[in-house]
Amino acid sequence: MALDDLYREVIMDHYKRPRNHGTLDDADVVVEGANPLCGDEVTLWLEIEDGLVQKVRFAGHGCSISQASASIMTEAIEGRPIGEVDEIIQALRGMMLEGEEPNEDLLGDGIALEGVRQFPVRIKCAVLGWNTLSLGLRQFTESGGKPVEAHHRE
Amino acid sequence: MSTSIRGAATPAARTAPLDAVALRRDFPILAQEVRGKPLVYLDNAATSQKPRVVIDALREYYETTNANIHRGIHYLSEKGTAAYEDARVRVASFINARRPHEVIFTRGTTDGINMVARAWGDANVASGDEILLTEVEHHSNLVPWQELAKRRGARLRFIPTDDAGVIDLDAYRDMLGPQTKLVAVHHVSNVLGVIAPVAEMARLAHEHGALIAVDGAQSVPHMPVDVQSLDVDFLTFSGHKMAGPTGIGVLYGKEHVLEAMEPAHYGGSMIRMVELESSTWADLPDKFEGGTPNIAGAIGLGVAVDYLERVGMDAINAHARQLGGYAVNVLSDMPGVAVHGPDADGDRGGVVSFTVEDLHPHDVGTVLDGDGIAIRAGHHCAQPLMRKLGVHATARASVYLYNTTDEIDCLVESVVKAQRFFGTV
Repeated sequence: MALDDLYREVIMDHYKRPRNHGTLDDADVVVEGANPLCGDEVTLWLEIEDGLVQKVRFAGHGCSISQASASIMTEAIEGRPIGEVDEIIQALRGMMLEGEEPNEDLLGDGIALEGVRQFPVRIKCAVLGWNTLSLGLRQFTESGGKPVEAHHRE
Repeated sequence: MSTSIRGAATPAARTAPLDAVALRRDFPILAQEVRGKPLVYLDNAATSQKPRVVIDALREYYETTNANIHRGIHYLSEKGTAAYEDARVRVASFINARRPHEVIFTRGTTDGINMVARAWGDANVASGDEILLTEVEHHSNLVPWQELAKRRGARLRFIPTDDAGVIDLDAYRDMLGPQTKLVAVHHVSNVLGVIAPVAEMARLAHEHGALIAVDGAQSVPHMPVDVQSLDVDFLTFSGHKMAGPTGIGVLYGKEHVLEAMEPAHYGGSMIRMVELESSTWADLPDKFEGGTPNIAGAIGLGVAVDYLERVGMDAINAHARQLGGYAVNVLSDMPGVAVHGPDADGDRGGVVSFTVEDLHPHDVGTVLDGDGIAIRAGHHCAQPLMRKLGVHATARASVYLYNTTDEIDCLVESVVKAQRFFGTV
């Protein structure tokens, strides 16, 4: 077990210099995710227009994996159609939870999270942001495109 | 019996410092390597490791004695009943209870506290009454009282503590009154390691006609606890944190308090006479032990208690304070590391919580785990305390009789490694 497998350079870079960190005033989706067992928290703000995730911001606190993973996620989904975002989420979950091969086209820097699989207790940290996003988008779709505020608990 | 503790039962030996390196050999699990490094087990506040005598006692029970107790009219049942009741006598003596039947076997501390909240609380706490707690409590000594307060329309009040968790006794004195029905307090904090002045708190509670229930989960394993000199009304603790098996714990209650209480669980073996419409209850302790109890667990706990007494509770206590104090000092001296709780020479045990600047406790825990070091990272089932401390989580190292200063040095070395890895120093 090497620490470098878990804390790859890409992950450390996102942890120290998070992308899309902040909030949005006119978000269509605000969704808070938390893992009460470890205290990790990720909140997402999404602006959705014409079926595209036009803007995404995140804030939160927690371990390096949870925060880096959320940062990576925002880069992977910004500007993409909702249907494609669902595919990206599925690719991430497939890689983390089902042992699927990493899909760089969909996941971008997200493939660096593959190493977290060797640390079963940390997988929840890596998927927190993604599960939070998934819930937010589902509720947005179910609301018929009206703004939603949602809460996700691991 | 292991050679390392043989002969330790003389009074002179009891006051001598314990030999942790020798005692380690009594604990088979400690001999292993984890991730290519010798295991450094510093998560004893979560659960302690078990000496071979306890593991052997469990196997021996199932191989030679297993039968249901208190009802069989056959050899094995009598043998099992005798062993189970003998364990009760040993545990009662360990905490200096007046009578063995003041010791009720439970599933653990949480179970015991819930039993008090239900069986004593529902009958004795009424609308407008107050229950005094602290913000330091483990969730298991908070949530049952929240629920009791909701059921009965009672009010929880929190005795102020300073940032190290030291209770403000003057404020406590002022909060007590005729409305106070119960004081529910930790003996040793599972996060801060601070020791509460339980004897003084009991005296003051009794002056106002209130009872005191003490969460002894982190004290009974590590220091001599005498329920008569503390004069507490209830004391709860867990076997698995004191070298015993999981799934067994103790609710101690004063005889007259337990006698006046209704049962907490209804069913077999806790009854005297059962009619179709109603029933009457067995005497103590059976009244509180409905259903088949954890027989093997109780017997294992009895053996664990014997083991701890042979090592000597004074020596175990001195070791925890010495090693805990050492850890507090060396961690406090590190740049970017903050220790939460009393200073090394304060009233504290061997539980040491710390945070590392710009490093999440889970990341600290993972780096330490890579070096074979087991600690706890998180909120330690004390979310209100985390908020009070202004942190989301802490890392926590907690020692037991088999830990050494070398292991604390390993911990420090690995924390430095984590800081370097994350570039925070």
